[in-house]
Formats: sequence, structure tokens, C-alpha cells
Amino acid sequence: MTELDKMLTIDNDSGEGVMTLNMGPQHPSTHGVLRIILKLAGEVVIDAVPVIGYLHRGIEKLMENRTYHQAITLTDRFDYLSPLSNNLAYCLAVEKLLSLEVPPRGQVLRVILAELTRIQSHLIWLGTQANDIGAITPLLYTFREREELLDMFEMAGGSRMHTSYIRIGGLEKDVPPEFMPKVKSFCDTLPTLMKDYEGLLTKNRIWQMRTRGVGVISAEDAINIGLCGPTLRGSGVAHDLRKSNPYCGYENYDFDVPVETAGDVYARYLVRLEEIRQSRYILQQAMDKLPGGPINAPISQVVPPEKERVVGDIESLINQFHIMVEGFKVPAGEVYFALESPRGELGYYIRSDGSEKPYRIKVRTPSFANLQALPALVKGRLMADIVAVIGSIDIVLGDVDK
Amino acid sequence: MGIEEKLPDNSVITTTIEKLVNWGRKNSLWPTGFGLACCAIEMISTAAARFDISRFGMEIFRSSPRQADLMIVAGTVTNKMAPVVKRLYDQMPNPKWVIAMGACAISGGIFNTYSVLQGVDKIIPVDVYVPGCPVRPEALLDAIVKLQKKIETENLRTKQDGGIEK
Amino acid sequence: MEELRNKFPGAVEAIDTQFGETTVTLKKESLSRVCEYLKQEKGFDYLSDLTGLDLGKEAKPRFAVVYHLYSIKDCRWLRLKVLTDDAVDTVSFVWKAADWFEREVYDLLGVSFNHHPNMTRIYMPDDFNGYPLRKDYPLAGER
Repeated sequence: MTELDKMLTIDNDSGEGVMTLNMGPQHPSTHGVLRIILKLAGEVVIDAVPVIGYLHRGIEKLMENRTYHQAITLTDRFDYLSPLSNNLAYCLAVEKLLSLEVPPRGQVLRVILAELTRIQSHLIWLGTQANDIGAITPLLYTFREREELLDMFEMAGGSRMHTSYIRIGGLEKDVPPEFMPKVKSFCDTLPTLMKDYEGLLTKNRIWQMRTRGVGVISAEDAINIGLCGPTLRGSGVAHDLRKSNPYCGYENYDFDVPVETAGDVYARYLVRLEEIRQSRYILQQAMDKLPGGPINAPISQVVPPEKERVVGDIESLINQFHIMVEGFKVPAGEVYFALESPRGELGYYIRSDGSEKPYRIKVRTPSFANLQALPALVKGRLMADIVAVIGSIDIVLGDVDK
Repeated sequence: MGIEEKLPDNSVITTTIEKLVNWGRKNSLWPTGFGLACCAIEMISTAAARFDISRFGMEIFRSSPRQADLMIVAGTVTNKMAPVVKRLYDQMPNPKWVIAMGACAISGGIFNTYSVLQGVDKIIPVDVYVPGCPVRPEALLDAIVKLQKKIETENLRTKQDGGIEK
Repeated sequence: MEELRNKFPGAVEAIDTQFGETTVTLKKESLSRVCEYLKQEKGFDYLSDLTGLDLGKEAKPRFAVVYHLYSIKDCRWLRLKVLTDDAVDTVSFVWKAADWFEREVYDLLGVSFNHHPNMTRIYMPDDFNGYPLRKDYPLAGER
């Protein structure tokens, strides 16, 4: 045995040669307050145990003490990198309980917002994953693009991040006239920008050496361990909730679901890049087919009237007062609704007891399910690969810890 | 322009040591990257191209608290994370400053629950509070400017434990 | 789902359909066998969600553990429900995904899972007392 082999041989009985190292919760590359207890033999990872809960804010219990309408603002804070997707999942779940149908214009606008959120989230992923591996330039590029998208969200919803713009029954208000031209110009410039990112990374030899063959998981293992989203599609499983269980009219849009078979970090990178392109394609179709008409379901017990009418006549004021202060009653029952957020299957299980406050809301967050697979993905790899793998499964700690 | 032209050649400028030290400290604050939750993303946006925090001297976010002098607590501090925050604060060398960024760091924000610390000032002293949920990058830059103004007026003898008095 | 009644006599307590979703309430003793059958024979290879519910202090039994199974081939969900007062068998040997979900239910509700590989708290600190998501636990914590 060479010296190196001796160093890497672990004496299982005495545990000699095994070092326990703590990574986080404060760490530049763990994407938040994630703590990982590593068992290392030199540079080789023997085991990685994630310790979570450093951002557990008890939002589920908080939502049990708010009316259905008030809980919308809390949903933003789960996956704070794609807040509109969270709003949408919650609102669609409550609308299923209420058996409410949103008019066509509201549906198309929801699709536009969801896809813009997907592009925004993937841009952050790209910048931070590249930054973690050592390529610092894409971070500045993608955050520059992201500013354009945040301008659009601010134009429509009033805030850059936690807009709470998607409401039960539709949207808070209609988009301003400057919104669609801005979306269109963003879609027009996106291909050139994508060429920039790809030129820096995709065929880059260092990038490929850092990402190919790293963090491999087979399709069967991925399904068993509950992976979802681009992480699952990078292992060859063509499962996308927008295609398999469509919502908001996604069945009327023509788009592909990118799938790669290698199952490594590079495959997931390619899947997400292609998803940005497909999102742009969906956006163009949505902009073409955007109809006129109302954006909210005409159910006055659930959807507050427009602001102009609220300050105008007394019935609208009383209506608004009822909804905001007392809340509306939701029929008793339970429902599970899941949609495809940028990170994977985001599901809301809502149990109602017939009152204005939800009895129990459980949020099935994609990052929680994906993070479970971390030990399996990094076992036997080098320590530097951990950071690449965490970036590729794209976790958000608000999602993991709820 | 100004005073530099009026001075004769080979001249000296007088100032107090306090002003010089404060000027140096305030213009080269190095934050430790302590993003906890959503406000961390806005903090990264502030460091990115549009808002560019490095024009205020914060060129790099140091990963290790031992190399930093500013801690921007960006996000919710939970009871589980509180000992970690205190330990990181203790690891920072003097002089150090703290900005509590966002409603959660100031007072727990909207999360008055069983697991959230109702304000980071319960465990560490805070210099500047920035409201917002999340805090806009412009507001964070305003907080940094306010902190710089505060540092300008600091008295070297009585400032924290890094003063000359000891 | 009616064939479940025939295949596992006595195991199925109720089958409901509401809002387009099917819920099967099972006896907790038959949980592992039914789950294995659903995964191997009926194609429910993906565990979407596993959660717990506190039905109130006076309810007997007090807790419900809810499973959301998904079939990738058939693109449909199935909800399983098991009622218990204290413990249920683990299904982490059927779907590895159940591991952390069951730890979360144990941490927040206090329902433990027999034969789980690592039955420890996951969100709250290890020395925490109490189960926060129970209906009699105060929102702002026991201060």
C-alpha cells in the first residue's frame, strides 16, 4: 500500500483516520443557514449529515391563526427566491376548496408571472452555483438580468420580492400598460444574454471537470428518495407537473420538458438552462394569447372590489371590510394541490374545518425533499464536490426549514 | 479646487488622530456575509452591479468573522441560531458594528412564534436598524451612510473596548 | 380503490372522494403491507408528502398521519390516512423519502414511528420540550 492509500484507509473499528468537520451554519456556500456534519478521511467524504432547523420560523402554525386571505403574505416567505410561485400554489389550493374558476385573463397573467419567476429563480441559481464553484463573473451578469425582472414585479405588484400579487380568485389588480412591452423586450434580449452565460460555462473545461460525474444519482434512486424538479429531470425522469397535472391552462401551451440522463451536476445545469429557454417560449405564447376581460373571479365574498369602488360606495367598503377583517368561510374538507415551482413539486395540503381560518396547512416544499438526498450524492466524493452538489440541487433554506 | 490649491507647496495638513482613524474606519468597513433569510438576497443585490456596495468601501464580504468589522444581520434569527450569532459576534475583533437589516432582525418581524428570537438586539448590541420586509437595496445603502456618519462622530477614547483608555 | 378492500380485508376503514381526490383511511396495523402493495403492484412509486394532523385534544384517536402517494406513470395522487394516539409503523423502507418527513411529524406533533432509522428532532433544538404544532401549544411558545 502506498502512503496515500494508507492515509485514505479507514480503520472502521477504531475510527482512526476519520475526521469530523462542521460546515456551517454560517458558510459562504451553503446557500443559507445549513449545517452539515462531515466525516472525512482526508479529502474524501465518508458521510454528510445535514442539520437543519436554523431558520424554522413556525410559519405553518402562524397560518393557522390567520384568515385565508391574510395567510397569502406568509406564503411569500417560504421559498423567497420564487415568491410568486408560492402565492400561486396556495391560491390554487384554496380555489380548489372553494371550487372557484379564475377568468382567462387572470390565468394567462398567472402563467406569465410564474414563468418570469422561474427565469428569475434560475438566474439566481446560475449565478450562485457558478460563484460557489469559483466562476465569479456569471454572478454579476445574472444579478444584472434579475434586476430587470424585479423591475417588472415592482411595476405590477408594488414590491421587488415579496409581492403577494397573486390572490385567491385572481390577482390583486391588473398589470399596468407598461408591463407587457417590458416583458416583450426582456424576451427579445434573453437569447443574447444566454449566449454570454453559456459561452462562459458550458464548454469550459474547468467547469466540466468540476461538474461532470459529480453527485450522480440514478433515476430509480431519485424517485425513491423523493427528488423533484430539475434535480429529478437531470437523472432521466421526465416528470413535470405542468405537463402531467396541468393547472392555469398549461395544457394549452406548447413547450418541451428538458431531460438529461447523466444524473450529475452538469446534467442538472443543462436542464435548468434549457428550462429558461422553454420559459421564454411559454412567455411569448402567453403574450400572444393574452385576452381582455376581468382578472378576478366574480365572487364578491372572496375577491375584494377594486380600490376605486371601495372609496366610492358604501357596499364595496363593507364588502372589503368583511373580507379583510373577518375573512370568508371555506367549506370543510381537505385538499392537496401541487405545482411545478422552479425547485420542484411545491404542494399545499390544506384542511379546512368550515371556518375562516385554516385548520392545518402543510407545505410540501421541494428543497426539503431534495436535501434529503445530499448524503447519498456526496458519499465517496471529495470535499470540494459538496459545494457543487448543494448548488446543483438548488435549495433555499426558507423552503427547507419553513 | 478648494483648500488644496490654497496651500503652499510641500505643506502639511493637520487633523486629529480621531478624525483620521474614524475616516479610515468608516470608508473601509468590511461586512461579514451573514445572510440568514430573504434579506440576504437583497443584500447580495446591493453588492451586485446595479447598487454596487463597493463604492461605499465594502469591497468584499469576508467569509470569516475574524476578518470583518461589520455584521449585517440580514434575516430572521431563530432561537436555534441565536447562540451561533452570539459566537460569531464575539469572534469579530474590535471595533465592530452591527446593522439589523429587516423587520425580522429588528423585532422578529411578522413571526411572533415559538421559535423566533424577537429581535437580534436581545443578544448583541445594534448600531443601525433598517426597516423593511425585505429591505430595499437603497434603504440598506442609506443605513450604511448613516452608520458611516455615526462612526465619524465616535470618540476614540470611549468607543467600545478598542479605545485608548484601556 | 375498492379492490383494496378485497385484497386487505379489514384494513380499509373508509374510502372518500372529495374535490376530485381519493382518500383511503386505513387501520394502522396494515399500513406497511398496503404501502408495499401500492408501490409494487399499483405503481405508486413516489411519495409526495407525509404529514400529521392534530384532531384536537378531545378526539380519540388524537392524531392522523396523512400520506400523499403519486404515480409517475399514471399522473395521479392517492391520499392514505392512518389514525393513531401515539405511534405508527415507518414506511421509510418502502420510500426512502419518508425519512425526513416522519422526523418532522415526530418533532412537531410527537407521533413517533416504529423502526425508523433515526427518530430524532429535525427542526427544533434537541433539548426542546413540547410539540409545537399541537393545538394546545401556544403560538408564541412557552415563555
